[in-house]
Parts: sequence; structure tokens; C-alpha cells
Amino acid sequence: MALNQQLNAHVRFMYDQGLLEELQFDQLQQLKDANNPDFIVDVITLFCEDTDRILGELDKYKGAPVLDCYKVGAYVHQLKGSSSSVGAQRVTLACVNFRQAFEENDMDRCRQAVNMISEEYSKIRKEFEKMVQGSAHGMLAKHTAEK
Amino acid sequence: MSSCSSMSSKDNMLHVLAVDDCLVDRKLVEKILKSSSYRVTTADSGKRALELLGLGDDNVSVQEAKVNMIITDYFMPGMTGYELLKIVKESATLREIPVVVMSSENVPTNISRCLEEGAEEFLLKPLRKSDVSRLHSHMMRSS
Repeated sequence: MALNQQLNAHVRFMYDQGLLEELQFDQLQQLKDANNPDFIVDVITLFCEDTDRILGELDKYKGAPVLDCYKVGAYVHQLKGSSSSVGAQRVTLACVNFRQAFEENDMDRCRQAVNMISEEYSKIRKEFEKMVQGSAHGMLAKHTAEK
Repeated sequence: MSSCSSMSSKDNMLHVLAVDDCLVDRKLVEKILKSSSYRVTTADSGKRALELLGLGDDNVSVQEAKVNMIITDYFMPGMTGYELLKIVKESATLREIPVVVMSSENVPTNISRCLEEGAEEFLLKPLRKSDVSRLHSHMMRSS
């Protein structure tokens, strides 16, 4: 029970910090049910694994003297979608920022935008990690108590 | 631990094929649909979706189970959701299946061409539970 409160407090903190979009994340929380109590943890974990992969790909392009904005753009588009779906709004905004820089043909701004995406993702990744760790312990403690 | 689905109840459940290249979105759409008691199969590409529908390159593939609706993302690498929609609507065996297109981008020209091509609806992502309840009326009942 106390762990659930902790989780709720953590989520509220993330809403207040603007890291999570309340409406969307709330939707995800509502999807949790008896058949799938770990749904939030599953989605967050999936998002982090997927984004780690995407940023890994982006790293390869970052080093080039001329940024391949099309290739980078394709990855950023993916990330824009998935971040929006989990409510990671600052990551989404950073992706939109890249799109604007791309449309304005501003290479420097594109580079900056990619860096900003990484930064925003690091911030939320840290919080998501805490959330997942907290949840797993919560699950384990509850399961042990029920035996 | 209780399980909702058994062999007999699966036959009565409406079956949705959800197509999206984004892993997170696939998970989300699957969960939203399942929590509304639909049976869900997911595909990560238009090509894969066509294989599951029985229109694969290898004529060996057979439509596993009847699909009552296809819901697809618009922007996908390789084959877009629009292209998938066209192929489905041009197929004698598949054209009756209702298709819903979803996208995170609100582009009016994309929306209208999908509707013109026969899509039932165009939904903006991220998908909400309320969007799904609207889909029910479009579902194709098994004959």
C-alpha cells in the first residue's frame, strides 16, 4: 500500500515537473487491469529499450561532419510517436523542435535539437527507471505477503 | 489466476489486425483493443499484415482467422498505411474488411485521401479508449 502511494507521489512529481503529460499517462494507468497489472511497467520498459536503440542509431550520425537530416529525421519521427504515446512530453517537444529545424534547413539547429532530445530523454529515463524499480519491489513484496 | 479467453469464447470475439511499425504504439493499441474484449493480432509492417491476411508473396500463407477490422498507422517505412489500405480495398477477398487509419500527424490531405480510398475513420494518435468504442460500429460481423 505504501509503495503504491510512493508510486503515485512519484507520478505526481513527474506531472508537476512537466516531464509527463498527465492526460496521456493517466490513460495508460487506466489500462492496467487484473490480467495485466504490470502494464505500465511493461510500456515504460519497452519505451526505454526502444529509445535506447534509437539514440544508439542517432549516435552514429552525430559524428558525421554533415548531418544526414533525412535519416536522423526518420528516427526522430519514430521517437516523436512513441514518446507521445507514453506521455513523455518534453521528449516529444524536442522531436518537434528537430522537425522545425529540419524544415528551416538549419543544420546547426538540427544538431542542437538532436542533443536536446538526448538530454530530455536522459531526464525522463532516470525517473522511469525509479518507477520500474519501485514497482518491481512493490510487486514482489505484495506477492510474498499474499502467500 | 483467471483467464478471460477460452477456445470457444475466442471464436465469438471480434478480431482486429493492428499494424504499426512503432513497438510502443503496437503495445498500446493492442492493450486498448484487448481491454474492450477484441481479439488482437499485431503486425509491424504493411508487408507482414498482408501475409497475415493471406496476400503474402509466398502463396502458402493462409488467413489464420477471419479479421473483422484492420487498424493501421499511416506513416510506416516501406509500405505506408495508405498503400496498405489501397491494396486491401483493391483485393476481391479483403475489400469488405473495414480499415481504420491512425496517425500522429494531422495532415488534411492524408486524411482525405484515406477516406476517399475507403477508410472508415482516421484517428489521431495517441489513441484513447474513447476512440476504440467508436470503432465498434464499423466492425465487420462474420457472415
